[in-house]
Amino acid sequence: MTALEKLPLRPIDFEHDVIQRRPETDQAGLAAPAATAPTPGILAGDDNIVFASLTALVNWARSRSPWPLGYGLACCAIEMMATAASHHDLSRFGAEVFRSSPRQADVMIVAGTVTHKMAPRLRRLYEQMPEPKWVIAMGNCASSGGEFWDSYATLQGVDTIVPVDVYVPGCPPRPEALTEGVLRLREKIAKGG
Amino acid sequence: MVDAEVQATLEGGNIVLPIVESDEGIETEELILNMGPQHPSTHGVLRLVLKLSGERVVECIPVMGYLHRGIEKIFEWRTYTQGIRYADQADYVSNMLNEHCYTGAMETIGAIEVPRRAEYIRVIVDELSRCAAHLVWLGTYGLDVGATTPLLYCFRDREEILDLFEELCGSRMNFNYYRPGGVLYDLPPGWLAKLERLLDRYEEHIESDYVGLLESNEIFLERTVGIGLIPAHIAVAYGVSGPIARGSGVEVDLRRTRPYGVYPELTEMKPVIMQEGDAFARYKVRVGEMRLAIRLIRECITNLPGGAVRARLGHVWKCPKGEAYYTVEGAKGEVGVYMISNGGPNPFRAKFRGPSFLNLQVLPWLLRGRLVSDAVAIMGSLDFVLGEVDR
Ligand code: SF4
Repeated sequence: MTALEKLPLRPIDFEHDVIQRRPETDQAGLAAPAATAPTPGILAGDDNIVFASLTALVNWARSRSPWPLGYGLACCAIEMMATAASHHDLSRFGAEVFRSSPRQADVMIVAGTVTHKMAPRLRRLYEQMPEPKWVIAMGNCASSGGEFWDSYATLQGVDTIVPVDVYVPGCPPRPEALTEGVLRLREKIAKGG
Repeated sequence: MVDAEVQATLEGGNIVLPIVESDEGIETEELILNMGPQHPSTHGVLRLVLKLSGERVVECIPVMGYLHRGIEKIFEWRTYTQGIRYADQADYVSNMLNEHCYTGAMETIGAIEVPRRAEYIRVIVDELSRCAAHLVWLGTYGLDVGATTPLLYCFRDREEILDLFEELCGSRMNFNYYRPGGVLYDLPPGWLAKLERLLDRYEEHIESDYVGLLESNEIFLERTVGIGLIPAHIAVAYGVSGPIARGSGVEVDLRRTRPYGVYPELTEMKPVIMQEGDAFARYKVRVGEMRLAIRLIRECITNLPGGAVRARLGHVWKCPKGEAYYTVEGAKGEVGVYMISNGGPNPFRAKFRGPSFLNLQVLPWLLRGRLVSDAVAIMGSLDFVLGEVDR
């Protein structure tokens, strides 16, 4: 008999049990529901008792409220503001608290073109952020250079100077796309990434 | 003029700060405060080096170039039509007006006749774009002076404008909608009715939400009335244009003084001029321009003629040899493109005159001797966009 069968416990699935479900889609936007794996290491009983490893719980807690660094660089910054403002309301996903100081931020949303002059500052801001920290590259410019692929003044993708966790393509990405990026980042953080 | 001392800080050298006497008679060490490039109220990536004596700003040196993307050089590498997409990114808050300017320069060189329906559509999208730009300004200026609510209200209305743009040309920002000799698409069915409904709502929101919220708010009045005074002669001397110049009583509105398109025919076109020259006057001018835009759009809807929206130019249009300077009254001031064509597929040179860049020049003059706490309120009222400053 395994431990699971002995105890009246079932593995808790945070995606399913705790947060609102959204339809799983694959890259092409077609519905392709994959079997969601329960978060490993967390078991819940019926009487409000949860057994978990500390790491799993901490990751879960972290993933619920990543505070972004307010770091608008170019056109994408306007869409980032629109994402945080009333209509698209990023606070539904706990990520609306744009901090102006890197010391208080968890995730850096690089929204816009990074120029060669800006690159050392960006790296320094990244280093000033406390661990654990994540980076979302918003827009084509930050992801790969985008439209300015042959410009003499811009960096060809922010991943050349900081590690990037989520790329959000688009020029500029729609607010829905950035929201999706934040959701993907939450999934990644919950898995311990 | 950057003096040696500030130059040393800029390069990270160790310098001994001089002792200065503030106006209260207290001896303090002169303080150099670095503001930006990542600062929430510099509206992008401007960096200011402020020399402070106590609470007062002695000198302010703007450091630019953190968003220099080489747009003007890229214009020379792209064909004329591809360049329109890059003109979008100069002032990324009011994209349509930049496109208008860029295509206008092409049309002037090629002597292209724009169909009247296209001209009217251009006025509609220009004015909508101006509204979107002023809404972003109003929201962020509210944040600058300590109010969060205007941002939420402004972006609510801006979203509706962007929805209309999306229906028109498929993109929320960076539209790529203008073409030499007209615009890309005709208005979709039902678009005008939606626009009219939006204008009704928007007109009401201006009075009830923006004006009602801000002009009766004592903190907003305290922080803007009499702050950042620019006399008319200073505005002219520094080459300031747009709402800032009009807020100082300079009667310069290119839609009237250097008319283009169908603006001379529009009877509602009366420039909004205020005499005071302070931050509050500039706020008044911008709110007045939102109302003016609504009236202009309504007039265009009533008089909208039928016909084509794009001149017939053939499959491969070649820009003839020549050069032209075309200006449009942008949301921030005079947007200008000086284009030289040598008959090839790409422009030989396209110089972009960003109004923010020229408006920014008045900032060191404005901040000298002011309280450091007013710096943000003054800077916000100038409404610059760094994409246009650095290009
Ligand atoms: S991806 Fe497009 S919208 Fe975003 S910063 Fe680059 S050019 Fe601007």
